[in-house]
Amino acid sequence: MDFVTGLRCRECSRTYPAEALHVCDYCFGPLEVAYDYDAMAVTVTRERIESGPQSIWRYADLLPVTDTAPIDLRTGFTPLVRADRLAAELGLGELWIKNDTVNPTGSFKDRVVSVALTRARELGFKVAACASTGNLANSVAAHAARAGMTSVVFIPKDLELAKVVTTAVYGGYLIAVDGTYDDVNRLCAELASEHPTWAFVNVNLRTYYAEGSKTLAFEVAEQLGWQAPDHVVVPVASGSQLTKIHKGFGELHRVGLLHDEPHVRVSGAQAAGCSPVATAFADGSDAIRPVRPKTIAKSLAIGNPADGWYALETVRQSGGSFAAASDEEILEGIRLLARTEGIFAETAGGVTIACLAKLATSGVVRPDELVVAYVTGNGLKTVEALAGTTGPTATIAPTIEAFASAVEVEGGSHTT
Amino acid sequence: MSVKVRIPTQLRSLTGGAGEVTLEGSTLSEVLSALDAAHPGFAGRLFDDDGSLRRFVNVFVADEDVRFLQGLSTPVGEGQTVSIVPAVAGG
Repeated sequence: MDFVTGLRCRECSRTYPAEALHVCDYCFGPLEVAYDYDAMAVTVTRERIESGPQSIWRYADLLPVTDTAPIDLRTGFTPLVRADRLAAELGLGELWIKNDTVNPTGSFKDRVVSVALTRARELGFKVAACASTGNLANSVAAHAARAGMTSVVFIPKDLELAKVVTTAVYGGYLIAVDGTYDDVNRLCAELASEHPTWAFVNVNLRTYYAEGSKTLAFEVAEQLGWQAPDHVVVPVASGSQLTKIHKGFGELHRVGLLHDEPHVRVSGAQAAGCSPVATAFADGSDAIRPVRPKTIAKSLAIGNPADGWYALETVRQSGGSFAAASDEEILEGIRLLARTEGIFAETAGGVTIACLAKLATSGVVRPDELVVAYVTGNGLKTVEALAGTTGPTATIAPTIEAFASAVEVEGGSHTT
Repeated sequence: MSVKVRIPTQLRSLTGGAGEVTLEGSTLSEVLSALDAAHPGFAGRLFDDDGSLRRFVNVFVADEDVRFLQGLSTPVGEGQTVSIVPAVAGG
């Protein structure tokens, strides 16, 4: 069903038709999808959703597409796992991990790409393009392949090898740019003007793309038995995901799927080597100064975040906070999540866990809260970050004696 | 100084559809003033009431964000390109 009424500028409220537009012609503010929520509320029910597919498309009524056969690799409805062992280490109570590492191409980007390219195909586009820090590159190349579209993907040339290979394998054009992500993004923003027949998912299709992140809120609420958490911790690169998760909880209430108005505290996680939004928060400033990123969390290495201002506003208004994690803390965050919960996250997930730990220590995230931490990318993509520090306990000759002298396994003396 | 200015889709109605215009100026401020003089309407679109660049407008001189340079006072050299780019992109 289609409840989209058009697009609206978030800054000056000018309205536009639901086409491939992302910026207000007048004030350059971001355009947002406008919906007829009253009509949506009449149609959408918990039962209708629960009888839908085990993917983001169970929430099709709340997404800006009409196609009933979307471009889908079976994205979403990923596990929400209770994390008692991690909670015990951090001194928290009811903690859950939204494990978005298990999406088809290994990150939450499949959500936004599935929505953006489905909408792009509806609008008649045949070429899919993007500026990416890696995860989006994987996802655009894969979804374009599935849909039979041509893909043109732009990445900074210093990306992790795994992210390069796992994009190139789908065919399509993969362009490595000599510069940072912010350089790539600027190039794509300019190319989008020169190639209006290409669907740059995070430029001219960005209005639709961003809506895909709402499903991270929808799923968590449904998986908690149709209730909102008290506090969420979300990684911040452009800031879009954080603002859309907050919006998602609000929409569920607006259309009657959550009876009580949610008051979700939203906290943001950044890498210390690229923390323009966390820095503005700490300084009490409204101005987000762009930075030159220097962090192992390359998927979060956006020095000039498009939605930074809105992420800052959302965190402040919701009573949340920000934290920033050093490279060493990021690696420890990856290891902590892996050894307590059996989930292997990429560096951005290490940022989330490290910042969750910091916010727990400082008392911002409290033991009396129902907390959800979003882990949005798979560790197999950034294995090289751990190379050299994470490896075999011992390397031995194939003999019982060699093993016995090499290690003493903790708890290994117990017999049944 | 003769400078090229690249115009985004959203502002091409002011240049008669042109994606690039050539202007004179030795600082970014002078170049953008010349742009508004040649194609009236740019100033209102690019600047806030207090005369600073709008929050959602990024300007680059020779591919460098002017917020890393000297803002509107950034010098612009002969043959360099100034790019006006909507800030809302990426991520």
